Amino acid sequence: MTKSRIFWGTIAPTAAILNSLLFVYIILKIRGVDPVEMFKLMVSYGFDPRNLVSEINQTIAYYMAGVAAAIGFKMLLFNIGIDGQYRMGAFFGAVVGAAVSLPPILHVLIIIVTAMLAGGLWAAIAGYLKVKRGVNEVISNIMLNFIAAAIIAFLLSPNLLGSLPEGSQNLQTKPIPQSGQMPTIKAFEGEIYSVIFLALFVGIAYWVMLNKTVFGFNLRATGLSFRAARASGVNAPGMIFITTVLSGAIAGLVGMGTLLSETYSYSMAFPSGYAFTGLALALLGRNHPVGIFFAAFLWSFLERSAPVLEFEGVPPEIVIVMQGTIVLSIVIAYEVVARINLRQQQRAVGSVNAESVSNQAANVKESK
Amino acid sequence: MSTETKTAKAKSFFKSPARITLLIAGLFLIISLVESITGSVDISSPGTSGATLRFAIPLLMAGLGGLWAERAGVINIGLEGMMIVGTWTAAWFGYLHGPYVGILAAAVFGLASGFFHAILTVKIGIDQAVSGLAINLIAAGAARYLSGIYFPPVGGDRTVSPPVETLPSFTIPFVADFFKSIDEKNIFFLSNISGLLYGITRDLSVVTVALLLLVPLTSWILWRSKFGLRMRFSGENPMAAESLGINVYRTRYIAISVSGMLASLGGAYLALVASSVYREGQTAGRGFIGLATVIFGNWRPSGVFAGSLLFGFTDALRVRQAESVMSLILAAGIVALLLAIYYSVSRSWKPAGAYFGIALFALWVNQKVDTIPQEFVTVFPNFATLIVLTFLAQRLTPPAMAGMPYRRGAE
Repeated sequence: MTKSRIFWGTIAPTAAILNSLLFVYIILKIRGVDPVEMFKLMVSYGFDPRNLVSEINQTIAYYMAGVAAAIGFKMLLFNIGIDGQYRMGAFFGAVVGAAVSLPPILHVLIIIVTAMLAGGLWAAIAGYLKVKRGVNEVISNIMLNFIAAAIIAFLLSPNLLGSLPEGSQNLQTKPIPQSGQMPTIKAFEGEIYSVIFLALFVGIAYWVMLNKTVFGFNLRATGLSFRAARASGVNAPGMIFITTVLSGAIAGLVGMGTLLSETYSYSMAFPSGYAFTGLALALLGRNHPVGIFFAAFLWSFLERSAPVLEFEGVPPEIVIVMQGTIVLSIVIAYEVVARINLRQQQRAVGSVNAESVSNQAANVKESK
Repeated sequence: MSTETKTAKAKSFFKSPARITLLIAGLFLIISLVESITGSVDISSPGTSGATLRFAIPLLMAGLGGLWAERAGVINIGLEGMMIVGTWTAAWFGYLHGPYVGILAAAVFGLASGFFHAILTVKIGIDQAVSGLAINLIAAGAARYLSGIYFPPVGGDRTVSPPVETLPSFTIPFVADFFKSIDEKNIFFLSNISGLLYGITRDLSVVTVALLLLVPLTSWILWRSKFGLRMRFSGENPMAAESLGINVYRTRYIAISVSGMLASLGGAYLALVASSVYREGQTAGRGFIGLATVIFGNWRPSGVFAGSLLFGFTDALRVRQAESVMSLILAAGIVALLLAIYYSVSRSWKPAGAYFGIALFALWVNQKVDTIPQEFVTVFPNFATLIVLTFLAQRLTPPAMAGMPYRRGAE
């Protein structure tokens, strides 16, 4: 039973990845390079110990984004606002972290809590608009992403919260002192962020919350059927709001690894685009904490191993196309599988019905 | 008289076209007044109105694209990606075979990208937002990949295409000269208004005119043609439409393909008219602002047009002169004050109070703040859309089933 469940759970993602590999194979063939050679190059470059570390560090950030998206998906919420929530979290985490001086562990905790609060509160706007005003969360979140970026760009100006260090072109917040920094773990000739434990905790907490708590049950119930959940006494609108905030709080953690173990300050150089990545990873990992991990690793592996293609005259942006194709393939695969299942169920119900009808007919005949 | 009849009266006041013209004239009077008080002339200068038009067209095209798709019942978040398709194909084919071929290519490839969205959302039935976002990602990635291959060998860059020949532009004879002469005479109000008109009658690109004509054309198709009726029907109630013999799938296929074409033409405008190269990141979120104009324009072509002009105007001000934003805020404050007086005369205290609050706020900002940070002017469209969605949601009439999955024969 479990075996077949794992099989059916992984077949669609695997098919999607193979499909996009095939697509990229064709594109590379058109480019006139040997695709298999390229894939080999990418694998050997990507599994090089030095690159592996940066991949793991990137995986941590992607994993948080994926879990944030998955929480939303469980509620049928499309949290495209992860980008803004992550920025808010990282920015205010950095600002508060630089402003206070506390004993080491407490300092880090304060930063993390601030980041979660900032991300959650930013998401709360979209949640409030959805629950109280009926505003589609996709639209409001897209707008909020732009607004968040503008607010931070404004606050980063030198006379407010930002500063321009000597010899740098990048506006950034004041650095977080030693006590607010997180150590790194030495491995494979590199340093892995210790935020990895936080990611691990988030993954486990997500699974436990969803499967072992009443809150998680209510969440899933509301996601499956708003009206049914409401009828059975769940405060469904409240659940939507809380889920949005929760998703935003996790999204606020996306930038923590970079902030607490590498740059120690927020700058405009912090990458964007986490929203769609998070959604893609949740889709690819079927909202399962372990699935999302593999998806996140695949994503950062693709990104970190792409530069090697440059030397062969292939623009590395091909990887972006590949990621997009993976996402499309996976949702198509789910849709097709769902439709096949539906058809089988209908057929099963149909044959049962047909049987009972013919039985009834026979009974009627007998009684006559 | 009850309050309701009063608001109904107020509503009908805003609806009559003659009065709208009067209203716009009044608005302009206020702007002229503000300009003569503050001494800034940039709001009504020919340069600003010309720039407004140039900034508005890409937003307008994206907005019309969004309108076509949503009226047929499918949300098109892929507008941004389809605009990228337009910028890239217009620049590349424009470089190879001249700008007209570039525009044609943008239209064809845009149509194809819209068709792709249609296959995914209508035929296969995947989530419309996922499909749109994936198109954005793939289009951005593909454009960068192809730029890296094709542009460097021909004098371009990994991120910038080689320059494309510019399209001809013309100045409307006599009319433009007439407006120019009045503009230079510095008569209060009359000069301001002709300054604005001079800006939009000189150096007009043929493409600008052609694309502007798509607004009345879309209006006509949407409200007067058989296809428009089918399109709206598919967006409002696809099941009922199907039961009356309308082929919802086919209608949506056509509408979404056109949507892609329009967005792509907006991209082509960016690459060929607003500049003369493809540049990475050239669309800069305009597809999403197009989505915003659809909401802002209440899913009507004229509304989308007005919305894109407004957003194009803020864009133009941001680029040209940040101080003039302040005079605009002053003008908005005066308008709000007048509305407050209007409503308190008819004793509708609630809107009167709200407008009075807005007026006070605007005047306060005008007094206390020196300049509005550029970042906030940039996101004005996004912010305005959120406000509209929050406070005017009851007045909005989106297509009922836009964004909902629909399968033929399924419940």
